[in-house]
Amino acid sequence: MTALIEIAAPASGRRPKGVGGRWGLLLLPALALLAVLFLVPLGLMAWRSVTDPAPGLGNYSWFFTSDVALATLVRTLAVGAVVTLVTLLLSYPYAYLMTVVSTRARIWLTLLVLLPFWTSLMVRTFAWVVLLQDSGVVNQLLGTVGMGPLQLIRTQAGVVIGMTQVLMPFMVLPLYAVMSGIDRRLLDAAQGMGARPVTAFLRVFVPLSLPGVGAGALTVFITSLGFYVTPALLGSPDQALISQQIFTQVNGLLAWGRGGAMGVVLLAVTLVLLGLVGFVLRFTRTRGGVR
Amino acid sequence: MRAGPARIALWAFSVLVGFWLIAPTLVVIPLSFTDKASLVFPPTGWSGRWYTNFFTDPRWSEALLSSLQVGALVAVVATVLGTAAAIALTRSGSRWAKSSYGLLLAPMIVPTVVVAIGVYALFLQYGLLGTLLGFVTAHTVLALPFVIIPVTASLRGFDRRLEDAALICGASRWGAIRQVTLPQIAPGVVSGALFAFVTSFDEVVVSLFIQSPYLQTLPVMMFASVTRDTDPTIAAAATLIIVLTTVLVLAATFATSRRNRVR
Repeated sequence: MTALIEIAAPASGRRPKGVGGRWGLLLLPALALLAVLFLVPLGLMAWRSVTDPAPGLGNYSWFFTSDVALATLVRTLAVGAVVTLVTLLLSYPYAYLMTVVSTRARIWLTLLVLLPFWTSLMVRTFAWVVLLQDSGVVNQLLGTVGMGPLQLIRTQAGVVIGMTQVLMPFMVLPLYAVMSGIDRRLLDAAQGMGARPVTAFLRVFVPLSLPGVGAGALTVFITSLGFYVTPALLGSPDQALISQQIFTQVNGLLAWGRGGAMGVVLLAVTLVLLGLVGFVLRFTRTRGGVR
Repeated sequence: MRAGPARIALWAFSVLVGFWLIAPTLVVIPLSFTDKASLVFPPTGWSGRWYTNFFTDPRWSEALLSSLQVGALVAVVATVLGTAAAIALTRSGSRWAKSSYGLLLAPMIVPTVVVAIGVYALFLQYGLLGTLLGFVTAHTVLALPFVIIPVTASLRGFDRRLEDAALICGASRWGAIRQVTLPQIAPGVVSGALFAFVTSFDEVVVSLFIQSPYLQTLPVMMFASVTRDTDPTIAAAATLIIVLTTVLVLAATFATSRRNRVR
């Protein structure tokens, strides 16, 4: 996602300032809509978090002293970390293969990543519900290799499986972007100096690919924090993630203040991590060799 | 990595990963043609009854119609607002225009559930829950980035001297934009409109909050159906969504790549 934003950053205006001013008017309708349906709602949520049910920071002190609320935040971060790690382990070899195959094979590998990317989240989560259910295909396969039926749906494992599949494109694409920019002659040079291929790969290629790892990992991690549909349908209600808790507080318990406070915390964590993404991307650009 | 076995292992691993990426979606399609009233895969017999059910059950068919209606309106509104904003962003040199670019893309990054409860609070106050206006405006905000990104990219590839030429030949500013600029950036605008439609058509979280018994979109119906029962009608709904979004996304990609070929 961030890669997308980077690519599309607008060109700096070449025009004199006087002409530039009037063009700004065309921004107004979009900005007005954004103000009413994005900024006002966010403000309203923050406002409720400090006024509902009583003015003050009660909801925040509740959040940071309640075992349940804190456990939810920690669980969300932990699931995000596991999802990020699994995604990275699956994506790194895949993205690497994309850089060494023929154009034709690369198109197919890219298509396999992009097709699920554009398939509705609801549809994919539903598919995992079907696959992971007690009598589902995964358990049938496990049965044929002699492993008893496992409880997959309504567990954290199910959530991780579903979220990993949904988020993999966000890891593969930045990894591929960075890897394809690495000069392969550096590997040959290392081997020419006597390094074994594995050593050359680990000490030359892997360090050069780290900016891609950083950008992909942070994007996956941040996106995973806001997930609602997948954990709600694949996870268990008593191991809810923060989005589910926010939903329950507001929609089920009508505890607007608490839901709002959780929302503000989630937003704050997201923004801090986004700052990190910006840092990683700037770091990527300043590294001459990688482009 | 020139060695044979390492290369084969890498291929084998990646093929498995690729299969795992694509399989879940593909499971849904045969499931929608099952003749049993359960979601067991692989199906043991075939029938089109769940499609008949989908189109005759008013709850499902009305949800589809609502989704199509909301999506179409979102595509129009988001494309008009997004294209205007993209023109302003690429032309205006002022600092606030540049910083508003980040702001316009923000709905893509902020967790949807956070936006959703805010919008819910607002709509509750002004009686907009379950209204067409509510759905269209809320979805438009989420869809705007998906219009602004491709249109901005098109505008960056567009040679502004063409517009200057039109102005010199006596065209008005608006006439030059309408007759020269817009046709040139049309592929970007078309793909933006298609992405806006797909964004709205797929959106679940905000829709779950702002729905009412009078207006539900298809993903909301699906969400409710998954939590409630194992009616294969949901597989038929999912298949229809897969077909529709795949066609639209391929069309959008085609529109963009055609632009690249022409240039």
